[in-house]
Amino acid sequence: MWSVLGAVSRAWKLPGLRQFYTGYVELIRNTPFIVQLFFVFFGLPSLGIKLNEWQAATLAMVINLGAYSTEIIRSGIEAVPKGQIEAALALAMSRSQIFFHVVLRQALMKVWPALSSQIVIVMLGSSVCSQISAEELTFGANFIQSRTFRALEVYLLAALIYFLLALVLRQVLSAFGRFVLQRRSA
Amino acid sequence: MNHFTIWDMVRNLLLAARWTVLLSLIAFGCGGVVGVGLLLMRTSKSRVLRNFTKAYIEVFQGTPLLMQLFLLFFGGALIGFDLSPWGAAAVALTLFTSAYITEIWRGSVEAVSRGQWEASSSLAMSYFQQMRYVILPQAWRIAIAPTVGFSVQVVKATAVTSIIGFVELTKAGSIISNATFSPFTVYGFVAVIYFCLCFPLSLAARKLERRMNAARTN
Amino acid sequence: MPLVQISGMHKRFGPLHVLKGVDLSVKQGEVVAIIGRSGSGKSTLLRTINGLETFDEGALDIDGERMTVGHTNLRTLRLKVGMVFQQFNLYPHLTAGQNVMLSPVVVKKTSKKEAEAIARAMMAKVGLADRFDYYPEQLSGGQQQRVAIARSLAMSPKILLCDEITSALDPELVNEVLAVVRKLAEDGMTLIMVTHEMRFAREVGDLLVFMDQGKVHEQGDPKTLFNSPSTPELASFVRTIS
Repeated sequence: MWSVLGAVSRAWKLPGLRQFYTGYVELIRNTPFIVQLFFVFFGLPSLGIKLNEWQAATLAMVINLGAYSTEIIRSGIEAVPKGQIEAALALAMSRSQIFFHVVLRQALMKVWPALSSQIVIVMLGSSVCSQISAEELTFGANFIQSRTFRALEVYLLAALIYFLLALVLRQVLSAFGRFVLQRRSA
Repeated sequence: MNHFTIWDMVRNLLLAARWTVLLSLIAFGCGGVVGVGLLLMRTSKSRVLRNFTKAYIEVFQGTPLLMQLFLLFFGGALIGFDLSPWGAAAVALTLFTSAYITEIWRGSVEAVSRGQWEASSSLAMSYFQQMRYVILPQAWRIAIAPTVGFSVQVVKATAVTSIIGFVELTKAGSIISNATFSPFTVYGFVAVIYFCLCFPLSLAARKLERRMNAARTN
Repeated sequence: MPLVQISGMHKRFGPLHVLKGVDLSVKQGEVVAIIGRSGSGKSTLLRTINGLETFDEGALDIDGERMTVGHTNLRTLRLKVGMVFQQFNLYPHLTAGQNVMLSPVVVKKTSKKEAEAIARAMMAKVGLADRFDYYPEQLSGGQQQRVAIARSLAMSPKILLCDEITSALDPELVNEVLAVVRKLAEDGMTLIMVTHEMRFAREVGDLLVFMDQGKVHEQGDPKTLFNSPSTPELASFVRTIS
């Protein structure tokens, strides 16, 4: 939702919001995720916002994915042929109806593969969250490794799990794309 | 407790940033070379080489960079070769880069129209002659925009090497932030420096892409 | 002895049987026009002659050298057989002259000076001597196609294949290309053309080959065939294109 709003702001050039979103997108896309994570977890407490590891990790990931999604969805929105909008107007649909049923739906269908890719990338990037001690896969692997000193097997296993997770995630997302977005509604 | 000035912090960060840049250049350069090798393997007649390359790409694109780094750094020590953080970082990033670069370049080669292949083979050119004189000169023009775009990813990827102790920008940020107890400021500066490194590359990539699309439609 | 001899050629694309036993004989200096509906196999047949398509059964004899399934020396084949394409396929990153020079230099190891001389001669032959240093994008379709012809000629082929070389051109540019081809025919080049230009086939062709459903349905002198086709298929084809 966050990124749809962002995409719309950039595509429709809504003043005020557009600058904010442009700045946000460029900032996130041109800095490493780990730095964003550290900033959220270590830096925000200075402003009085205290987050535990999970919250910080999730927030950072949402912010990160949001920036890329905004761009991806925006390109999807811009790719919808203008003729569609004109046809819908001619059929007496309201502006917001047009947006949801005609534009957004087609935009999402078109960019679904790119969006899925990005989701997988963020999932793989979550391994970095181990650095703020969020209890996820890499953190667990580190823990086991330090106890058993069997680095090679542990990390190979972890890498394999990530690989399979990514594979499964890709399949699930692609199925979602096929069944939900591409069904022909009456 | 020492009082650090802002300037102190920034200066140290910038010094560390040199290593970020160096690592990026090495990863990009070596990754490029390995990428070319992979490309030749990927398009070769041998099924073994082709499948190996496909698997290689799947592995490096389907697992976290951090894992690749850990495997190389910690795992490598167990097998017998002792890599310093610097060595592990360079090797891991090179392999990582090569996997993505080879896909970008393969896409560029495939974007060259088939007619070019047919014409040059009809004129009795061998595969290597075709690649060298006809296909690659055209593919290279197509490849330049996405390659520059990927360089941004490489710079960002160097940040992860901080975890195995390689002292580049992010690691320096961690150290200084712990020393000065002002993470907000320090990481803020770290972000700004990365931004200054990456943003010009992003802009360049976008400009190149626009120019490429304009040229195509002529 | 014929320059080109195709015997019992079969070709399948998966389940699709495209060439069902083709026999064709072309003498030196002959101009052959291959006509037929789309899907009749005419382009596929043409492309087997220079090895762009393989065949599954049969034999191809070019200038005394026999090519069979699995035993085809593509290099020697392509030194003897040149091809001009519907989409020209000029190299966009090289000038017209460089396009023509490239293969002689790289494949035949001709010196750059000699290759340039040959290229200039060929460009003059197709009437584009003054466009030697132009890039393809600066040339009209008809000019590009003529450069493509020059490019093939620079390799001194014994046979030139033309795959619908005027089909992608605006009508007013077709004639300049056909004029060049006519001149080549008059100079004695062996030409095998897949074409829709019936008038050209009738006027310049020595042998008309009508293909239907993967086989040579009828062949003979163009004028006779057009005026009195002996099969109903050719008759209806002639009707639809008149």
